Amino acid sequence: MRLETPEFDTVLYHRPESLEDYPLHLCPGCGHGIVHRLIAEVVDELGIRERAVCVASIGCMVNSYHYFKFDGLESAHGRAPAVATAIKRCHPHLVPFTYQGDGDLAAIGTAEIVHACARGENFTTIFVNNAIYGMTGGQMAPTTLLGMYSTSTTGGREPARSGYPIRVCEMLSALDGPAYIARESVHKPSAVRKAKQAIKLAFRTQLAGLGMSLVEVLSPCPVNWRLEPVDAMKWLAEHMLPQYPLGEYKVIEAVAALKKETDHA
Amino acid sequence: MVTLVVAAYPKTSYIVIDEEKCKGCHLCIAACPNGVIGQASHINRMGYIPATVIREKAEECTGCTVCAIMCPDTVISVYRHDRVSTHSAP
Repeated sequence: MRLETPEFDTVLYHRPESLEDYPLHLCPGCGHGIVHRLIAEVVDELGIRERAVCVASIGCMVNSYHYFKFDGLESAHGRAPAVATAIKRCHPHLVPFTYQGDGDLAAIGTAEIVHACARGENFTTIFVNNAIYGMTGGQMAPTTLLGMYSTSTTGGREPARSGYPIRVCEMLSALDGPAYIARESVHKPSAVRKAKQAIKLAFRTQLAGLGMSLVEVLSPCPVNWRLEPVDAMKWLAEHMLPQYPLGEYKVIEAVAALKKETDHA
Repeated sequence: MVTLVVAAYPKTSYIVIDEEKCKGCHLCIAACPNGVIGQASHINRMGYIPATVIREKAEECTGCTVCAIMCPDTVISVYRHDRVSTHSAP
């Protein structure tokens, strides 16, 4: 029920067309909701709703095909890059992208993403890093910070017992295959805007056929971090940003030229 | 011919919150620079305390869309009142 009459007014912000008007199953304050919306906005702005294919993997984003108004495919745990490779090679006109979490991409699916990057496949990966296994109840993920509580490291993560966190962007940027690798965050409005620009550039990289593009998005998990949503955003800024610095880790020259076009436009 | 009276709208921008889909994370409350948004006094169908526009502060909305950008559930829409009526425009 709307008390006002929006049809007479300028719309400054409205739910993107590619996102279903359907309540998300995610917990309150989860960053996945923001990333879902950014992807839907980018797909709308690029006008690729008829061609986009979301390859969801296992994790909190497992129901994302319910929320997007374009095609979606569910892959086995960690195997989204292999499915996206198949889609792109069989149907080059489609725009597949994988949507993966840190338990999916950095743990069980490490080999898949490393080899997809090494082959330089032409699809996009959105990697949401919340430093914990969210869906299964807050166990330690490969990206869990040292000293961080999780249900499987109840005294905090110790390197002697559980090793060190993986920095995915730094690791993959050492390969020659990828065209664009960036790490963004959603802890404040300006960061969300930057994340959207990075996601858009990643999709444009794929549309221009330049190669593999990956955007890592740091995201809060308030329930498993045992924090209020607003405090979780502050915790992310204080603790995760020093461990996972934001920025672009690999931009090949063709992508840099593409980015310059946008800046001037 | 319908003529809209601009003075009937005391504020230039406003937000519409879909309270039944709001999960009460209050990220919009923390993000709003003018303190326009606050907690409601009721519980919605999902059992959360939704965000709502504070009646006394509603006029201070500048339409910056920061609340909508931070909302994980996309329940906030932002509008600006047009100065010119769409009916009387040529």
